[in-house]
Amino acid sequence: MKLELSGVGKSFRTGAASVRALDGVDLRVASGEFLCVVGASGSGKSTLLSLVAGLDVPTEGRITLDGAEVTGPGPDRGLVPQAGTLYPWRTVERNVAFGLELLPITPEDRAARVDWHLAETGLTEFRHALPRQLSGGQQQRVAIARALACEPEVLLLDEPFGALDVQTKEDMQVLVRQVWRDTGTTVLMVTHDVEEAVFLGGRVVVLACDPGRVAADITVALPEDRDLDIKRHPDFLALRASIEDIVRAQHRAHTARATAGGR
Amino acid sequence: MSPLAVGAAATDTTRSGREGWGPLPRRPRPGRTSPLLTIRAPISRRSRLTLAVLSLALPFLAWVVLVASGVVPSRFLPSPGAVLAAGIGMAESGELFADLWATVQRVLFGFGLAVAVSVPIGIVMGTFRAGQALFEPLISVLRYLPASAFIPLLVIWMGLGEPSKIALLFIGTVFFNTLMVSDVVRGVPRPLIDVSYTLGARRGEVLRKVIVPHSLPGIVDAVRVNAAAAWNFVVVAELVNSTEGLGYRIVRSQRFLQTDKIFAVLIVIGLCGVLIDVVLRLLRNKVGRWTG
Ligand SMILES: Nc1ncnc2c1ncn2[C@@H]1O[C@H](COP(=O)(O)OP(=O)(O)O)[C@@H](O)[C@H]1O
Ligand SMILES: [Mg+2]
Repeated sequence: MKLELSGVGKSFRTGAASVRALDGVDLRVASGEFLCVVGASGSGKSTLLSLVAGLDVPTEGRITLDGAEVTGPGPDRGLVPQAGTLYPWRTVERNVAFGLELLPITPEDRAARVDWHLAETGLTEFRHALPRQLSGGQQQRVAIARALACEPEVLLLDEPFGALDVQTKEDMQVLVRQVWRDTGTTVLMVTHDVEEAVFLGGRVVVLACDPGRVAADITVALPEDRDLDIKRHPDFLALRASIEDIVRAQHRAHTARATAGGR
Repeated sequence: MSPLAVGAAATDTTRSGREGWGPLPRRPRPGRTSPLLTIRAPISRRSRLTLAVLSLALPFLAWVVLVASGVVPSRFLPSPGAVLAAGIGMAESGELFADLWATVQRVLFGFGLAVAVSVPIGIVMGTFRAGQALFEPLISVLRYLPASAFIPLLVIWMGLGEPSKIALLFIGTVFFNTLMVSDVVRGVPRPLIDVSYTLGARRGEVLRKVIVPHSLPGIVDAVRVNAAAAWNFVVVAELVNSTEGLGYRIVRSQRFLQTDKIFAVLIVIGLCGVLIDVVLRLLRNKVGRWTG
């Protein structure tokens, strides 16, 4: 197992009250797998990723990467947040180079790696642009290229296309799928978009709400070779519908609990 | 409930209780207003130029009229011509440049020292909670003590020479600049710092390669605002006891009732202020080109 979460729970204290964001999450991600976690807003998706990234510590449970316990953030777990985390003063190529600049490699080596990742994400012609000159989709390409350039063991994607329009989002989905196949990187992506999860993931995990725990774990039995047309295939639609039913049921149960108990 | 039923409920306009309402009154549309009086509307280049010229020309005109009409004696309010002549006279004798240089030097030392101290402390305060806890209580108090109230104390401690003047400038600007810099640094978005750690940056690298570059334009802005304060304090410091400087020149001219000279010096101070502002603005635009 590449990444293993066992009994992971997380509570936040806000003043006197305590929010239970995650509860007893067991999750195993195999090497080279593309795992999508879906859940409604507030189900603890971002919390889950920041724990794996090592930016926050679980209240209980263990997270291990290749058997070693995660104790803090590091370049072995690259993170791509929803939006707006590029260095605004750095050009595209220097954003991609950020992680590499911290390592003892020659400038030629670094340049070659940056070039490859720019080409892979279709950014070569924008290499000298500043982030604010790019569209939202291009900015996310840079964030992905920047994380990948550090050759992470696991790539963590936190609703990376949530702020994009539908057409751009689909372009990005195709890109991420292609990058995953080209690099063989293990990917853990969270999203609220079931269609996206089914299209991208080899496996989809549904996160229940309040507190977040694993409600379902579904293998996506679709061909490895996927293009956007597959979204209209009956098998795809059926799988998508069944997962959406689970997400909806979880959401309803949560809303009912919240209304009844006033939380 | 089927999705269709949900839709129908949302557009149901005959729910009970609603029939008793009359139609909601509509207010007449306001007429079109000129861009000059429209909130945040861009104005034409010509309007902008005209207004800018007016903002300087009107007070100048008022000055000319007041002098020419003789309402105010020229001993109190010298004519523009007299002020210009006084200025040229001081420039020719060289005293204007000696005074100007003395004042500029004090600003460079005093405010330069304040910047050198406040920027690092501000960065520490904005980066580490411990730094904030350590410095903020003291600085928040000190900032409310009027710097000019320190003059007597500074004179007792350091005498009438340069050190007390530089110290006044320092006290007058260092606390504000520290707090402003720490605010700027605290404005670095948390996600940007987090993502840097996941790219392999260590604490020192996050500070050097993320926090400082992100804060730089804001720091220059803080310095620009406080440079104006420094320029104010230096003249205050020189009013007390000096042998040269623009403030000294004002006091000396007062003794001989040379209001024309006072006006000339005031104009020089104003022009210098504008010049400093323009230079710092250019610097800010240079380091902050990415902010767009
Ligand atoms: N830093 C925090 N402090 C307090 N509560 C938090 C914090 N981060 C997240 N939460 C709470 O944890 C729950 C899950 O949040 P999050 O992981 O952001 O959900 P998602 O990403 O699925 O929308 C929410 O109820 C949220 O309010
Ligand atoms: Mg989230």
